[in-house]
Amino acid sequence: MNGTNLFKIALRALANNKLRAFLTMLGIIIGVASVIAMLAIGQGSKKSIQQQISEMGSNMIMIHPGAEMRGGVRQDPSAMQTLKLENYEKLREECTYLSGISPNVSSSGQLVAGANNYPSSVSGVNMDYLTIRQLAIDQGEMFTENDIRTAAKVCVIGKTIVDNLFPDGSDPIGKVIRCNQIPFRVIGVLKSKGYNSMGMDQDDVVLAPYSTVMKRLLAQTYLSGIFASALTEDMTEEAVDEITSILRREHKLKETDDDDFNIRTQQELSSMLNTTTDLMTTLLACIAGISLVVGGIGIMNIMYVSVTERTREIGLRMSVGARGIDILSQFLIESILISITGGLIGVLIGCGASFLIKTIAHWPVFVQPWSVLLSFLVCTVTGVFFGWYPAKKAADLDPIEALRYE
Amino acid sequence: MSCMKKIIELQNIKRNFQVGGETVHALRGISFTIHEGEFVTIMGTSGSGKSTLLNTLGCLDTPTSGEYLLDGVAVRTMSKSQRAVLRNRKIGFVFQNYNLLPKTTAIENVELPLMYNSSVSASERRKRAIESLMAVGLGERLEHKSNQMSGGQMQRVAIARALVNNPAVILADEATGNLDTRTSFEILVLFQKLHAEGRTLIFVTHNPEIAQYSSRNIRLRDGHVVEDTVNPRILSAADALAALPKNDED
Repeated sequence: MNGTNLFKIALRALANNKLRAFLTMLGIIIGVASVIAMLAIGQGSKKSIQQQISEMGSNMIMIHPGAEMRGGVRQDPSAMQTLKLENYEKLREECTYLSGISPNVSSSGQLVAGANNYPSSVSGVNMDYLTIRQLAIDQGEMFTENDIRTAAKVCVIGKTIVDNLFPDGSDPIGKVIRCNQIPFRVIGVLKSKGYNSMGMDQDDVVLAPYSTVMKRLLAQTYLSGIFASALTEDMTEEAVDEITSILRREHKLKETDDDDFNIRTQQELSSMLNTTTDLMTTLLACIAGISLVVGGIGIMNIMYVSVTERTREIGLRMSVGARGIDILSQFLIESILISITGGLIGVLIGCGASFLIKTIAHWPVFVQPWSVLLSFLVCTVTGVFFGWYPAKKAADLDPIEALRYE
Repeated sequence: MSCMKKIIELQNIKRNFQVGGETVHALRGISFTIHEGEFVTIMGTSGSGKSTLLNTLGCLDTPTSGEYLLDGVAVRTMSKSQRAVLRNRKIGFVFQNYNLLPKTTAIENVELPLMYNSSVSASERRKRAIESLMAVGLGERLEHKSNQMSGGQMQRVAIARALVNNPAVILADEATGNLDTRTSFEILVLFQKLHAEGRTLIFVTHNPEIAQYSSRNIRLRDGHVVEDTVNPRILSAADALAALPKNDED
């Protein structure tokens, strides 16, 4: 008995029951398609988060005041005044692992330009901020060291601000916008970055010299945070250690004291988000995997019924010379054919669905080759696994009993 | 006769079944020899052991004791799959209820035994299936499906299937049992034609009339052979068919 003949026999048997074969396949099709689509959605969101984190600057370090206790009451970090401009200057002088460092103070308020207004906030930073946050100037120019020294009332604005304050499309460069009655002259427009993965509009920014914001807008001497970037992503940890030791020294903390500041890096953020999306992907894949198993049980069910229904046929095949192994192979080939065909259709539908989700719902979707391969392998194994028992049952039939079966 | 080749040789065949706690003796020591070219009818009432004997002859069952030589090969000690291969090469079955594959063409049905013989190529298989169908007078209906055929046609397909592997013996189990009188005679004519061509046929039946058209008759009762006679005057099924009143439906 050769394989080609067995294959032909199995194919004829399936062709005789097209509808049933298709219905059985449906379980596998849905299972495989959902595994692929779910993994694609999971992988897609992971990839888009990773990409946005690297857009935000993968070696970014954020220092915020924090962990201060006054009489046992933990304070709101934004109200804390522990991070001073002197700290920033010290870090700038002493740190060796940083490629850039910028103080950050921000003042929110209604921005007004002519007859238009828009609620936003003005961030007080220095020139390094552009490289740290991977921003770029689209039109005009960035303010300079000189502007910081003189606390010049100039600003660089993002695309969203331009759209809202200058809806008529006029050139914003040289125009004046007011924040809390203080006029700022627009000297530059940032290149658009769109929304990030957390849904924050990265174009809704107004950058001004930190000295201007501190002295003229807020009249404060402390900072709401310091942004820095390590020389490379790998040096982030060394940079954090260095910053910690400098700040502890500057803040005159004792050995036993906790840090009165928080340092966060993008690495932490990215690993945290990765864990979340990985968990989500696993969950989705589990749900989809269950439907694949259900599909497999469908195969077993149908093959089992099919063996019972075709008992006479099996008896006849045995009487004309089919050995047990031939019958076993025939039914196994049938179930594998069902699952592989179902798997192939499922792969197509899964990829198609992923594409549809991408184009219609604009979700980040990414079909990974390994997920296609995996679900395809799983469904082949499903075919063998769930086809085995009915096939074995068929092969073990007694030809005399089988021929007499009504 | 004795100079002819022995196709089937049974030596004191016994077959017991365990039913519940009791032992049922279906065959109680059967011995006979069938030579090449014989047309043997095996008769007996139900419970006489003729089904068990048929299963034994067809290598579907193995005897509890005794020896069975099919075309010189000892069957009793063979494994299940060895017997399957033996059936494939040496035996052609014709069943009462035809047992054709549903929704399958005549030619595919006839090809079936050769599908399990890897030494026969696809083209050879088709050629031999067509030859077999021609031999049973169905040369015009090669592509007809089994559900598009009458009972007589289906039984002809079944006979063609039994012929296709050129077996040592053809075993027919009540092959005319489901057919009307006229069609039964047509099938008997076909069997006599095969007999005339020198084929060895065994026809198991409870219908005593059929024995008149065979060359030898073995009668069973309670697991014993009670009669084994050579038919001195074989009737012609073709004559009997011609003598039948004409049927308007034909």
